[in-house]
Amino acid sequence: MTDVSDDQRVLEVAGLHRAFGSVQAVHDVSFCLARGGSLGIVGESGSGKTTTARIIVGLERADSGRVLVRGRDRSAAAGRGRGARLERAREVQMVFQDPFLSLDPRVTVGSVLRETLRLHVPEAKADHDRRVEELLDQVGLGAREAGAMPRQLSGGQRQRVAIARALAVEPAVLVLDEAVAALDVSVQAQILNLLADIRQDTGIGYLFITHDLGVVRCVTEDVVVMRHGRIVESGRTAEVLADPQHAYTRLLLDSVPRPGWNPKAIAVARRAL
Amino acid sequence: MTTALVRRPGLARVRTNRPLLYLLCLGFLGVVVLLALLAPWLSPHDPNAVDLGNALAGPSAAHPLGADGSGRDTASRLITGARTSLLGPLGVVAFSTVAGVVVGVAAGWRGGWLDSVLSRTTELVFAFPGLLLAILIVSIYGEGLIAPVVALGVAYLPYVSRLTRSLVLAERERPYVEAYQVQGHSAVQICLRHVLPNIAPVVLAQSTINFGYALIDLAGLSFLGLGVPALTPDWGRMVFDGESAIQAGYPLSAILPCVAIVLTVVAFNVVGERWADQVARRDR
Repeated sequence: MTDVSDDQRVLEVAGLHRAFGSVQAVHDVSFCLARGGSLGIVGESGSGKTTTARIIVGLERADSGRVLVRGRDRSAAAGRGRGARLERAREVQMVFQDPFLSLDPRVTVGSVLRETLRLHVPEAKADHDRRVEELLDQVGLGAREAGAMPRQLSGGQRQRVAIARALAVEPAVLVLDEAVAALDVSVQAQILNLLADIRQDTGIGYLFITHDLGVVRCVTEDVVVMRHGRIVESGRTAEVLADPQHAYTRLLLDSVPRPGWNPKAIAVARRAL
Repeated sequence: MTTALVRRPGLARVRTNRPLLYLLCLGFLGVVVLLALLAPWLSPHDPNAVDLGNALAGPSAAHPLGADGSGRDTASRLITGARTSLLGPLGVVAFSTVAGVVVGVAAGWRGGWLDSVLSRTTELVFAFPGLLLAILIVSIYGEGLIAPVVALGVAYLPYVSRLTRSLVLAERERPYVEAYQVQGHSAVQICLRHVLPNIAPVVLAQSTINFGYALIDLAGLSFLGLGVPALTPDWGRMVFDGESAIQAGYPLSAILPCVAIVLTVVAFNVVGERWADQVARRDR
């Protein structure tokens, strides 16, 4: 992991542990994310990356360890009041894997955004209609989509709505949990470009949870490789992908289908690991 | 949708995929409701005007459906009786739906000990026959529509609360609920604005079916002479009053309210099942 000075860190995770029964899902995971940076967490299914993400956003509790956003500990016992809840929401937002399930099927796109704005920005202080337009514009949607129900939109459009909803809160960190995995490849590229543009414009920090090394290569600066709940390797994305030090990282890289690809050899390597 | 509505044996088979029967039932219910609403203007005679000289008269120009043992006009009593016969079940359904949804949402959303307490308590009510509960309360509080309606409302509460609980359990697992939690919305807001509207169609379908059952139960109560005061026109009460007419060989004044009860209950059942099916199809 590259060294990031204290005041440059927007997110810092230290010594996270989480067990489900006898299974240690997350074991001593620590990393940090620079302000406006982009960090990827890679690993196969069951490596503990999604649990880590859910602990960071607060959908899951850690057995031990700390999550600091802008130097404030959010893993400590949460305040129950409205103010504390909104404060936590403004620290970290999340874009979920399946855009078909993460939107209420009964609510139009415009209402989704307006509801979030009403919660976080008092109506008196801001023009919500204008802000909804801005947000939709930011994710490449127009006024036509504002009145649409989720079922009338494509997967890519829905994921744009989910991104706009997260941006409406103006969080410091955006966690993207397999956010492009459910989309087809050309739409994936569009969404990744969109995310890169948004990061440039707003200086928001990204935490990319993914199993897709292509995605990691495209949009992250640093990467953490997880296996069985532990971090096995971390560093600059370009360096890790070009010169993997750990056998598991090499295995992940070799597992990407390409010409001359040999699945049998990979299976053998996996058993040996 | 794996969650099944609660149906009584026998009536569960009264369902249809034919839109004609559904529309017919819907139309019939519309007519009954209209008759009940406009009863004072539509009934040809005073439903309580006794004319002993006319007792047990057959259909005639003045009395199209004949008269009962006290010479009261059957048509007028049927029309006016629709009011109490529909108002009672409406109260039962309103009470059981509101209370059942509150209990079901609380149990399903909070889970843990609250779920255990609420679920066990409502199952205890399930074990108690609704009619017995109503008879008990009526015998304590005396005549009047309020007591049996509240008693049946309590007896019907578990139908709604169990359904609501299972729907909420399924709904809260859906990722959009987590998305709203991450956004900072409170549990109450998420329940009221998103979970409830999403489960409402199924709950309303159950309540529609319950309406028919409550109508049978209330008619049964007033047939036993409980609940509705003696002079109030009511379908169940009319069947009871018609007993002597049947013995005298003029069954019309007893059969007509029976037919009204059966048709209305079947119509509510068909409409409710149809709505439930439509919701299930839409979700698939």
